[in-house]
Amino acid sequence: MNSLRVIAAIFMKDLRVEWRHRETLAAMCVFGLLVVFLFNFAFEPAGEESLRLLPGLLWIAFAFAGVLGFNRSFAAERENAALEGMRLAPVDPGAIYLGKMLANLFFMGIAEAVVVFAASLWYNFSFIPALGWFTLSTFFCTLGYVAVGTIFAAVAANTRMREVMLPVLQFPVAIPIFIAGVEASAGALKGDAPGDYASWIKLAASFSVIFLVLSYLLFEFVLEE
Amino acid sequence: MPSDTPRAEPALELRDVSKQFGDLQALKSVSLRVAPGDSILLYGPNGAGKTTLLRVLSTLARPSKGKVLLNGEDVHSNPVAAKSAIGFVTHTTFLYGELTVRENLEFAGKLFGLTSIDKRLADVLDTFHLRERAGTMVRELSRGYQQRVSLARAFLHDPQFLLLDEPFTGLDAASAESLQGLMRRLEGQGKALIFSTHDFEQGKAIARRLVALENGKVRYDGPVSHAPIAVLRAADSPSAGALSASFP
Amino acid sequence: MKKAFPQTVHLIVTLAALLVSLYFIFLYAPQEATMGEVQRIFYIHVSSGNTAFVAYFLTFFGSFVYLWKRNESADDFAYGAAEVGFLFCTCVLVTGPLWAKPVWGIWWTWDERLTPTFFLWLLFVGYLMLRSYVIAPGRAALLAAVVSTLGVVDVVFDFLVIRMKSYRGQHPAAVMGGGENSGLDPRMWVAVFVTFAAFLLLFSYLVRQYMRVAALRREVSRLRRLSDSSSGA
Repeated sequence: MNSLRVIAAIFMKDLRVEWRHRETLAAMCVFGLLVVFLFNFAFEPAGEESLRLLPGLLWIAFAFAGVLGFNRSFAAERENAALEGMRLAPVDPGAIYLGKMLANLFFMGIAEAVVVFAASLWYNFSFIPALGWFTLSTFFCTLGYVAVGTIFAAVAANTRMREVMLPVLQFPVAIPIFIAGVEASAGALKGDAPGDYASWIKLAASFSVIFLVLSYLLFEFVLEE
Repeated sequence: MPSDTPRAEPALELRDVSKQFGDLQALKSVSLRVAPGDSILLYGPNGAGKTTLLRVLSTLARPSKGKVLLNGEDVHSNPVAAKSAIGFVTHTTFLYGELTVRENLEFAGKLFGLTSIDKRLADVLDTFHLRERAGTMVRELSRGYQQRVSLARAFLHDPQFLLLDEPFTGLDAASAESLQGLMRRLEGQGKALIFSTHDFEQGKAIARRLVALENGKVRYDGPVSHAPIAVLRAADSPSAGALSASFP
Repeated sequence: MKKAFPQTVHLIVTLAALLVSLYFIFLYAPQEATMGEVQRIFYIHVSSGNTAFVAYFLTFFGSFVYLWKRNESADDFAYGAAEVGFLFCTCVLVTGPLWAKPVWGIWWTWDERLTPTFFLWLLFVGYLMLRSYVIAPGRAALLAAVVSTLGVVDVVFDFLVIRMKSYRGQHPAAVMGGGENSGLDPRMWVAVFVTFAAFLLLFSYLVRQYMRVAALRREVSRLRRLSDSSSGA
């Protein structure tokens, strides 16, 4: 399978580039932490209240950290028109998308883990009891978020003021996944029966699959000149 | 006008190609046939459409009208065959600054699905005298070295058609000379070469055929030695002169 | 099409339909029992909303045809539908609060219908901003087509999510779906449909004008290039 090799090559390449300076990951983590940190001073939540606010807080942090990372992920591709270099090779444009998407997913996962860890410290909240369901729901919601984020970042890379353009394009489309993320993690963290919020996880999973397939097919047009 | 060539004959062809960028028409119904053994100098003033022509040939840019054919087949309907047969160098190097020379080339090799990658890698590193720089980060290399890596990347998959857009840019005299030698040998290896340069003398020393572009149209297509003076003067317009003079 | 339905006829029919819809809104439809005259904004509000959703779908449709056929007028159609659709969508968001404030005492509520409409408005904003921010003008159509295709699928998810969230809004339930408990006077229904039809006519006329202007603009730049190259040679 040639495409699988290409996807793996792009994924490894992004990891290697990131490993060299770790700028993107650092920026994503710091940004996510800042949101959690500022939130604390904006609302000073305590006890019950912090449990109510936490899911939303986490997803706001994830959303902004993600936008930062997606924008950066195409910065290196733009520098010497390296993305065009990939297009010169006999590779499926969809494979380029999947490779970039997987790298973004990986970075998002790390940034999310850091943010969750910090939130559990600062808000004295233990994620351990709900860890399984929380991780599952966050995984599918993140997958959907990264799926649309990667293709919109590639679109925004062609515009002036792409830092602004990306959230303007991405946030409205990501609203369903954002709501699902907040609802599902709220259910998981409150310790509700999984059946109560499983529909949100299913929604996130179907959103992810549909947008992955759609983006895979459409990516060719994003790259075309 | 487009001659009906037999399918089997290998060639990279533009058939009546026009390319439009918004309001700008960069190419106006250009037809061109590049066959193995050809060695073509693409010449013309700035903005004549040289880069666009090479980009369309390279499959990077899709023509607004007309077709690009490889061995009689539309390159956009069978991109895999076309892309494996084409090597392209242009102003942008297609390299990642944060990867070493070797890593960049290995990555390109994987994209092209090369199997015996180590052998090819050693070959191009030798050809472009990059062996001792193989472990250097591309960002830390001079423009000349980066250009050599970019050339190595284009030759890596041993393409049959080489499209070189101003390949001498940034090269020092010695590298330029060795590149010139390499380009001259391609013809004998059954490869096709089409390149642009602003230095006509240098181009003349390599190419046998001249394609002169002006305002997106082919003004002359024939042996270099028979090129009319007017064609060469057109390229020497003040704007072209000023720009090439500004290069260090 | 052009011959069969000339622009002037299109314009006259549209204006006539708008006048007729005014008659239906203000004279034909009965006054609502509790809300009074204010309720008459309902016809404009709902019809704008429906037209906006139709417009976004048509933007997608034009984009799809463009991706398939690479036909410039398909892209003009998509862009025009988005611009005009954005106007209608804005109209929903303006008439909503105007109606809500006197009736419910609040300007805004995140309910089952306002919320997706607001999301739709954001999708329009993204699409239109993208069109004017793309650096290489030749690529704007392709990128916008990709964005509107992703957007139209997203609209479906918006409705799904809003339904799942089961907002208990104050919005009258009967607005779009009807249903058994709609309780809307049949004459009100007639007024809704007449207004919607008139708005669709207005929409089609405006999009048509947009497409005409876009074609003219292309022709002008073609002629300008022609004169440039002939004077240059």
